[in-house]
Amino acid sequence: MASRSTYDFKPYNVGRWLVWGLYALVMLVAPLLFTSSLSMTMLTQMGIAIIGCLAFNMLLGQGGMLSFGHAVYAGLGSYFAIHTLNLVSAGNLPLPVSLIPLVGGLFGLLCAALLGYVTTKKAGTPFAMITLGVGELVWAMSLMFPGFFGGEGGISGNRVTGSTLGISYGPQIELYYLIAIYTFVCTVAMFAFTRTPLGRMLNAVRDNPERVEFVGYNTRYVRYIAFMVSGFFMGISGGLSALNFEIVTAEVVSAVRSGAYLLFTFLGGAVFFFGPIIGAVLMVLALVLLSELTLAWLLYLGLVFTFMVMYAPGGIASLIMMNLRVASFGKLGPLLASYLALAGTGAAVLVGAAAMVEMTYHLQLNQAMGSEMSFMGATLNTHSLDSWFGAVFMLVVGLALFELVRRHFLVQWGQTQEEIEREIKRREALA
Amino acid sequence: MSTMSTMSTPDRSQADARNAHQQATSVSAAQVKPAGAVPAVELRDLRKSFGKTEIIRGASLSVARGERVAIIGPNGAGKSTLFNLISGRFGPTSGEIFLDGRRIDGRKPYEISRWGLARSFQVSNLFTRLSVFENLRCAVLWSLGYRYAFWKFLADARDANQRAEEVMHKLKLHKRRDALAMNLTYAEQRALEIGITIAGGAEVILLDEPTAGMSKSETQRFIGLIREVTAGKTLLTVEHDMGVVFGLADKIAVLVYGEVIAFDTPEAVRANPRVQEAYLGSISGEGQADAQTGARTGAQTGAQATAAGH
Repeated sequence: MASRSTYDFKPYNVGRWLVWGLYALVMLVAPLLFTSSLSMTMLTQMGIAIIGCLAFNMLLGQGGMLSFGHAVYAGLGSYFAIHTLNLVSAGNLPLPVSLIPLVGGLFGLLCAALLGYVTTKKAGTPFAMITLGVGELVWAMSLMFPGFFGGEGGISGNRVTGSTLGISYGPQIELYYLIAIYTFVCTVAMFAFTRTPLGRMLNAVRDNPERVEFVGYNTRYVRYIAFMVSGFFMGISGGLSALNFEIVTAEVVSAVRSGAYLLFTFLGGAVFFFGPIIGAVLMVLALVLLSELTLAWLLYLGLVFTFMVMYAPGGIASLIMMNLRVASFGKLGPLLASYLALAGTGAAVLVGAAAMVEMTYHLQLNQAMGSEMSFMGATLNTHSLDSWFGAVFMLVVGLALFELVRRHFLVQWGQTQEEIEREIKRREALA
Repeated sequence: MSTMSTMSTPDRSQADARNAHQQATSVSAAQVKPAGAVPAVELRDLRKSFGKTEIIRGASLSVARGERVAIIGPNGAGKSTLFNLISGRFGPTSGEIFLDGRRIDGRKPYEISRWGLARSFQVSNLFTRLSVFENLRCAVLWSLGYRYAFWKFLADARDANQRAEEVMHKLKLHKRRDALAMNLTYAEQRALEIGITIAGGAEVILLDEPTAGMSKSETQRFIGLIREVTAGKTLLTVEHDMGVVFGLADKIAVLVYGEVIAFDTPEAVRANPRVQEAYLGSISGEGQADAQTGARTGAQTGAQATAAGH
């Protein structure tokens, strides 16, 4: 018999309250710090993307299900939400606007229940293939039924239908706080899901579906229910985006959108619960800011994704957690100098490479604007050898230095990890 | 393996096997149903083919409740296949399987698991990225009625947590509570494999070479552990190591070429001339040699068994 203290010991988890409090606080004060209309737009979109990426990761990271068509559930949620909004605007449906995202969620759930019944019959690669097929199917439908999907122009609506308690959702800030509340509640709910019997069995199904069947669970139902829960949250995210943009076009159910969820969830880190939150923030930064900044943004995104898959498959979240582990053993200090050197040489590589990419794009696309272009405050001439030579020099020297620093760092990192392992063994022996 | 030399005349030994099999069933039928008791596990003329190859050729066996049976036989006799059929991993080509009188052949593994049969695997089959504790908790959730609940917290699942902790202490894995299954040593993984099997409280337990790949000293300790955690249950084990067989089982079923040619007490099986001729003579010699030569041979047998099983 185990001593009771081992399983009854539930410390008052200060750390967790602190993290959640901080999360709420950031969402609360962010619009007070970033007040421009661009940052307001981005903040609202971040909230929406956070719900979407977390819901997507319920399948990818927690269930090992790679869905290539998950935008379908957010997109269909958006469509049902905007149609509901139009019913409300026309006075045919007495429903507060603040509940319309929930309508999106319910329809997301319904669609996931219907389509997921087929999808979740299989796991692994067949699952991925079926989701791809279902995604294409819905995309094709969006062109076939312009009545519901609105054809080329999409369906538009107006979220200002009157005001309750002085809130009309006319000003962006009111909508922001609605989205912030939804984002916080959905994040808490999805985190809670990971702490339930089904949430844990979903991890088990990810790790070893065969064994799950021998401890009494039908893996198909585990996948199916998780798929529906995920569809519900995707739908909420879609409903919020319908309210935010006041227009829904067929693009929301496209494979491109599904790909974005996959790419950024992965970048953020599918292994940890909070990874997709980082991914969602990056998604909005990339889609809104980076795309404004440079024509070559998709190229950069692709490169970052490729390097991430190759060198840090756990995403940014795992990089953070690895360093937190080192820090918790008090060994982060000596690594900081290396990080600084890595960042410096990495930046040189980046500047050199980016200059070449930008000049190439300029040559290809903006020839009419002359041979001069500005890059990071400097003026480059795409027809002068100096500019090209400078960029190549920067790249090559940067690469060489980076490689030197990287080798040193790898040795250092390996030693640190060994020290930590030894320390753990020592503590275990003492325990 | 050395035992294959005794199998050089398959035709004759098969004919012998068939006779022995008839004897075995009649003996077991007389033993098991003295007062009309329902056997815990019963196989009737079970057959399984993969393509044109028939692996299980009319195996019949009746195991009474609480009996502890070791299934032995040369490599390729179909021992693992037999377990896969009973536990629902494969459906049989023909024949019937009963669990407590309920027909289970061709049913899904999760159904059979819910009816009270649990099995372990020859190659550890764990939830690799979950901790030891989580592995065990996953193994008890269904049997405690949590099903697909996502409206309850695991932290409040007191009975499940308590059960997982108990099993973890029995396995002496409590010091590794939060280690991921993939980071455990081989012996720890074998222990966790057994833990997942027995945690759900199944009445019928199938262990597929529980000590495969372990050193002799580890094996000794492990047999004690298995006896402790399976006390009072109906137990079927597949085992190559004769030391383990005699340590765990009161009865031995001999499987040769997909048929049960004998099913009796160790002494009776050892004395059975057909078994001696077909199989046991050489194996028991090897088993005794094992006991003397110690760890190396045991590990070797396990390694061979693993290779043969896959």
